[in-house]
Amino acid sequence: MSTPNEVTKPGFWGWLNKRLPVDSFIKGSLTEYFAPKNFNVWYFFGSLALLVLVMQLLSGIFLAMFYKPGAATAFDSVEFIMREVNYGWLIRYLHSTGASAFFLVVYLHMFRALLYGSYKAPRELLWLFGMIIYLALMAEGFMGYVLPWGNMSYWAATVIINLFSTIPVIGTGLVEWIRGDYGVADATLNRFFSLHVVAIPLILLMLVALHLIALRENGSNNPDGIEIKDKKGADGHPLDGIPFHPYYTVKDIVGVCFFLTLFFIVVFFVPTMGKLFLEPANFEPADALSTPNPIAPSWYFTPYYAILRAVPNKGVGALLLLVAVLSFFFLPWLDRSPVKSIRYRGWIFKTFLTIFTISFLALMWLGLQEVSTVYVWLARIFAVGYFAFFWLMPWYSRWDPVKPVPERVTYHG
Amino acid sequence: MVKLAAILAILLVPSLSLAAEEAAASETAAPLDYQAWHAHNDVGNLSSLQRGARNFMNYCIGCHSLKYLRYSRLGTDLKIPDKEVQEYLLGPGETLGDYITTSLKPADGIAWFGKQPPDLSLIVRAREGSDYVYRFLKSFYIDPTRPTRTNNLMLANAAMPAVLSELQGVQEAVFKDAIVDGVNTKVFDHFVLATPGQMSPAEYDDFVRDTVNFLDYASEPAQVSRTFIGKWVLLFMLALTWMAWLLKKEYWKDVH
Repeated sequence: MSTPNEVTKPGFWGWLNKRLPVDSFIKGSLTEYFAPKNFNVWYFFGSLALLVLVMQLLSGIFLAMFYKPGAATAFDSVEFIMREVNYGWLIRYLHSTGASAFFLVVYLHMFRALLYGSYKAPRELLWLFGMIIYLALMAEGFMGYVLPWGNMSYWAATVIINLFSTIPVIGTGLVEWIRGDYGVADATLNRFFSLHVVAIPLILLMLVALHLIALRENGSNNPDGIEIKDKKGADGHPLDGIPFHPYYTVKDIVGVCFFLTLFFIVVFFVPTMGKLFLEPANFEPADALSTPNPIAPSWYFTPYYAILRAVPNKGVGALLLLVAVLSFFFLPWLDRSPVKSIRYRGWIFKTFLTIFTISFLALMWLGLQEVSTVYVWLARIFAVGYFAFFWLMPWYSRWDPVKPVPERVTYHG
Repeated sequence: MVKLAAILAILLVPSLSLAAEEAAASETAAPLDYQAWHAHNDVGNLSSLQRGARNFMNYCIGCHSLKYLRYSRLGTDLKIPDKEVQEYLLGPGETLGDYITTSLKPADGIAWFGKQPPDLSLIVRAREGSDYVYRFLKSFYIDPTRPTRTNNLMLANAAMPAVLSELQGVQEAVFKDAIVDGVNTKVFDHFVLATPGQMSPAEYDDFVRDTVNFLDYASEPAQVSRTFIGKWVLLFMLALTWMAWLLKKEYWKDVH
């Protein structure tokens, strides 16, 4: 709404802004949106996640022009893209590497939140939207993995969908409903294609919008865990804030360039990433009679897969898997510490976070290995470390000997 | 002609009435030195790829296809003129735009070998690189218990006969007693060349290396241009990163 004493700018810019709030949007979100000046490298991963999302959408659009969903056509069409579409191999590697990069960036983004207490009040909803994005991303990644219809696609789909059969009463029917057949088949592939290219990307975009709106409302947290809006200057701007544009746009461009350099090393020189991003078994077409050994999901799911395998009872294992993922959602309410940032937390929190980090990485590694007695026991030990971080937090975060938080952020220009 | 020769070679292999006899547990496959063999092939080596393509057309295509690779693409990538592809590589009735397929009918494959010989377009990628195929082609040995009279260390009870034995010669495998996980068993010790072939062992290694190199190329024809483009992309990215860093430094001078 324009107020009577607001002067309308001349020309097209004025005409446009009378009809669409372009100018005020740019001011509110970029040039007069104040972000803490003390961001460190951990604060690159949000903008990188957005970059990867856009890259996945673009490369995905081009892949979908040539990919042919269907049990009889999918595998061949992927090889057609790899061999006969101009730069099809590049588009495909951008997309397959992008999937792994997405999870890597999101995991680092989440870890940043753990380090600096970014999930704590008043940013609980921001955190929850982020976590739902993570869930949607898992669904997106899983379904995308099935689409090339290689043998690992097929068997990973079989194993993962079968997890739903552990749900009491409705489990078996639910599994058939998801698959659309008595086994993973053509119908499954086609619906996964539909969900992967239409439904989940739409949900993702909507959630990302909500995530950003919630972010703007309170502004970013920072490595000191201090609210910069509490200390404002005479001009009404936070003393420790700097306009997002140009300062953080130029800084994020550095992060983007650095990230893309690493990303392109993978895309052009090690696109399979030594079996991690593209597995040998997936260069053979889906075969219901030949099981790859071992069946391992993509690396970004293996922490949960290791927890699943650590439990002898499949139902309990599936339940623990679910709890492991959902535990993140409760963090804002489990954490009773008066401080946000690890810089001012005590040794107890630091110990638990270290145990959690080691456990998560160890479970990730264990989930990629073949099962053995020793590994199962290791997975159990690390699963305890994983859950202890979350579910003992209400106590240890309160007992933690915290340090005094400074008035202003620490920044060494 | 070459295809025909290859088919004849296979037909001459005795007792081809195999069924899928994969069930018998193998007491032979305990990995030893052959696991340390490496192909060391180079997909950038054009003459090696050309020799490999020739080997494939002479010895493999009788049974195996490369169904995702066109003759024309092979000619372009391996710098073989169309005329020569037509003259030496194409089968009867085939054109340059055709995919490289075998004339072995699937039903015949099943009747003769117990299974259809696999398409080899992606075999190198599906087997984690070229070493597997290199070891496989070098580790056939005499085994009178098998319908093909041969067996293979990499793929126990392989349905494929030792079609390259005329080149390599016939190998005997010597096994020794060993205890594996507390169980007395026989493990592979070494090969003995029972009947020499047309090639010396070194010549045969080169033959296999070229063939595997060609299959490596066939599994991802874009790989040579991929790494070539990649180097320029990285150079560009390094320059861009440096400039972005300078820009950032300039702006952030004001932040105190």
